[in-house]
Amino acid sequence: MVDVLANNRKITDKKNRPFEKIFYSAIFIVAGLVLAMVIYFIAVILIRGLPAVTWSFLTTAPNPIKKTIGIFPSIVNTLYIIVFTLIICVPIGVGGAIYLNEYAKNKKFVRVIEFATETLSGIPSILYGVFGYVVFCLMFGLKVSLLAGIFTLTIMVLPIMIRTSQEALRSVPKSYREGALGMGATKWYMVRTILLPSSLGGILTGIILSIGRMVSESAALLLVAGGSAMYMPKGSILDQLSGSGSTLSVELYRYAYSRGDNQTAFGIAAVLIIIVILLNLLTRYIAERLNKK
Amino acid sequence: MTDNISIIGSNKSKNAVEKSMNIIFFVCGLAAVVCVICMTVYMIISGWPAIAKIGVFRFLFGQVWSPENSEFGIFPMILASFIATFSAIFLALPVGVLVAVFLAKLTPKRVSAPFRTLIDLLAGIPSVVYGLLGAILIVPLIFKLQTAAGLPQGGSLLAAVIILVIMILPTIISVSETAIRAVPKQYEDASLALGSTKLQSIFRATVPAAKSGIVAGMVLGVGRAIGEAMAVMMVAGNAAIMPEFLKPVRLLTASIPIEWAYSSGLHREALYGIGLVLFIFIMIINISLNTVLKKGGELRG
Amino acid sequence: MSEIKIHTKNLDLYYGDVYALKKVGMDIYRHNVTALIGPSGCGKSTYLKTLNRMNDTVAGVKITGDVFLDGEDVYGKGVDVTILRKKIGMVFQSPNPFPMSIYDNVTYGPRMHGVKKRIVLDEIVEKSLQDAAIWDEVKDRLKKPALSLSGGQQQRLCIARALATQPEVLLMDEPTSALDPISTTKIEELVSQLKRKYSIVIVTHNMQQAARISDYTAFFLLGELIENKKTQAIFSAPKDSRTEDYITGRFG
Repeated sequence: MVDVLANNRKITDKKNRPFEKIFYSAIFIVAGLVLAMVIYFIAVILIRGLPAVTWSFLTTAPNPIKKTIGIFPSIVNTLYIIVFTLIICVPIGVGGAIYLNEYAKNKKFVRVIEFATETLSGIPSILYGVFGYVVFCLMFGLKVSLLAGIFTLTIMVLPIMIRTSQEALRSVPKSYREGALGMGATKWYMVRTILLPSSLGGILTGIILSIGRMVSESAALLLVAGGSAMYMPKGSILDQLSGSGSTLSVELYRYAYSRGDNQTAFGIAAVLIIIVILLNLLTRYIAERLNKK
Repeated sequence: MTDNISIIGSNKSKNAVEKSMNIIFFVCGLAAVVCVICMTVYMIISGWPAIAKIGVFRFLFGQVWSPENSEFGIFPMILASFIATFSAIFLALPVGVLVAVFLAKLTPKRVSAPFRTLIDLLAGIPSVVYGLLGAILIVPLIFKLQTAAGLPQGGSLLAAVIILVIMILPTIISVSETAIRAVPKQYEDASLALGSTKLQSIFRATVPAAKSGIVAGMVLGVGRAIGEAMAVMMVAGNAAIMPEFLKPVRLLTASIPIEWAYSSGLHREALYGIGLVLFIFIMIINISLNTVLKKGGELRG
Repeated sequence: MSEIKIHTKNLDLYYGDVYALKKVGMDIYRHNVTALIGPSGCGKSTYLKTLNRMNDTVAGVKITGDVFLDGEDVYGKGVDVTILRKKIGMVFQSPNPFPMSIYDNVTYGPRMHGVKKRIVLDEIVEKSLQDAAIWDEVKDRLKKPALSLSGGQQQRLCIARALATQPEVLLMDEPTSALDPISTTKIEELVSQLKRKYSIVIVTHNMQQAARISDYTAFFLLGELIENKKTQAIFSAPKDSRTEDYITGRFG
C-alpha cells in the first residue's frame, strides 16, 4: 500500500485543520447574519410603523379636509376579498383534492391536474393581474372592481388549497377508508363522515396559508381591483363588490411609491407584519394540535 | 336475523347522489387544468397582437422603449430581468445552502426551531413591505458607490438584486433543508467511519445526495425572482435603459404596473405583450422544475 | 352438512398481469367458521375480499367466475355493493376504529343505513358491544375516543362496529395478527360465540388458531385452493402432500 496511509500517527495527535475551522466559522457567521437581518427588518418595521398605528388610523377613512389618514376602507376591502375568495375557492380546492385522492382512477389524468396545479402556483402575481384584467375586467365586464379581484385571487390561491387539502387527505390512514367501505358506506358517505372530519386541520392550514397570500398580494390586485381606498365602499354588498378599492398591501404601495408618505406606509407595513406573524402562529398552533392527535 | 334482503340495488336516489358527487369532484379537479389552459390562451390572445404589429424581432431585441414615439423594444428589460435573477440566485444559493446545512446538521432543535420560524416569517412578508424596506434601507446604502462612480443617486440594479436575494432566501433555505434532512443518515455515518470530519462528511456525502432537492429550490427561486414585480419596482429606479449595476433599471415585471394606469392602445397592448414574454419564461421554468423533480423524486417547496 | 351461505366457482382474479386467484371453487356454510390458511401471498386475503367486493377499490383488478350469496350473484348486474357489504361485515388485520367516540364508531353503520332514533341506536350499541364481549369494559365511557382503547379492545370494538349493521356473514382478515396472546384468546372465544348467529370466514396465518376455532379449513397455495374440508379431517388426514407439508411446518 501507499505510504500516505501508513498508520504512523497516534490517535491522540490532533491534526490541525485551519480550513475546517474557517469553514465552520463561515457557516455560523452567514447563519448569524441572516438571523440578524430578519430581526433587524422586523424591528425597523415595528419601530417606524407602530407610532403611526393609532385607533383612528385603523378605524377611519382618510379625511383630506382634516388632513387625517386612516386605513379603514382598505381593511374592509381586504376582508371582503379574503372572505369571498375563500367562499369560492375552498369548496373547489377541497373538491379537487378529493377527486385527485379518492375518485380519480386514471393516473395520467391525475398527473395532468397536478402539473396544472404546480404551474398555477409558479405563475407570478403580475401575470394573474394581466390575465384577470383581460378576462374578468374586460371580457366579463366587471371593470376594475373587488369582484374582479376576488375571481383573480380565487385562481391564485386554488393551488394552495388543492395541495394542502391533498396532503391532509393523504395523511388519513387507508384503514379508515377500508373500515367505512367494508361496512357498506358509499364513497361520498365515507368522504363526508370520515375523510373530511379527519382532514379538517390540514384544510384549515390551507385556508390560513391562502389568507396569508391574499393579504400579501399587491401586483395583481393593483391591476384588477384598483389602486386606492379613499372612501368606504357604499351600497348593497353587490354594489360594494362591484366598486374598485385597494387592499392593505396595495394601499402601502400607493403611500410609499406614488405619494412618498413613508410614515403611513410603515404604519401599514407594521399592521401587515402583525397579521403575518399572527397567521404564522396560528398555523403552528394547528400543526401542534394535529401532531398531538 | 333478516336473511331476505336482496343485494340487488333498488335505491335509485343513492346512486344518483353518488354519481353527481363524482361529477362535482371531477369538475373541481378539472378547474385547475381549465385555469391553466385559459391563462395560456388569453395570454397569447392578448399579448400576441402587439408583438405582431411591432414585429417579433423589434419587440424582443429593440433597445429603445419609448411609448410616446411608438418605440417598443424590451431588450433592456429582458436583459435586466435576467441579470437581476441570475445574480440574485448566484448570491442566494451559497448562503441558502449554508444556512440549510446549519439548520439541518449543526444546531440542536432548540436553536433551529425558532430560527426556522423566523425564516418562515421572512417568506410571508408581503413584497410591498420588502419594497418599502429596500427603498428606505438598501437604496441609500448604494448612494456612496454611485457618487464614487460619478452617477446620480437613486434606485439601481444592485438594489434590486439585493432585495431579490433576501426574498428568495427563504425558498432556497427551506427546500434545501428538507432535501438535506431527507438524506439517510447512513451516508454521513459511512463517511465519518472512513475518518472524515463532520464537515467533510456533510459536504462530500450528504449535500451531494441532496443535490436534486437543492436544484429544485434553485429553480423555484429563479421563478420567484423573475416574477417579482412590486418590490423590485420600488427599488430599481425603472429607467428602461441597458442595465448596469449602479444605474437605474427596469425589469420586465415592473414595466407592467408602472405604465398600466396611463397606457392605452398599442402601448397597453405592448404591456400585454410583455406579459406573454414573461409567461413563456415562467412556463419554461415550470417545465424544467417538473423534470428536475421527476428525476429527484417528490419534493415540493 | 349445513346450508350453503356463499358459493364460489371458477373464481379467477388478476391484479394487472398477476394471476392471483386460480379457478377457486368452494362453499361457505351457514353458522360455521371457515378458516383460510396458507403461506403469505397465497391469495387467502384476496379471496376473502372478493366475497364483499372490497377488491373493487383496488385499481387494475379483473375478476371472473361466480360468487353467490344466498343464491344471488354478487358480481351480477344491479348489485348494490353497499347492501352487499351491509350483509357481509368485515374485520381487518389491524384494528381500525375511526377517530371518533366509541359510541359513534358503533353507530356509524346503523346511521349510515338510515337508523336515526336515539333509543334504537342506544339499543344497537349495547347489543353489539355485548355481542363483541367488550360492553363491560367500555359501558361507562362510551363518549371517550375509540383510539384511547388498547389494541385488543379496539379490535373487539371493530367487531362490534361490524355487528351493528346486522350482517349475516363476518369476514375476518387475520384479526389477531396485531394483538397480544391474551387479546387473541378473547377474540378466539368470541368467534366461537358468534358463529351461532353469523357465518364466519377467517383468514389466519396461525394453523393452531385454525384448528382451535374453525369447522372448515381451506388451504391456499400460490392462488390455488388446494384442499377444503372439515377442520378435523384436514389436520388429521390431509389428502394433498402440499397441505401436509404446510401443516407439518415443512414450508410457509
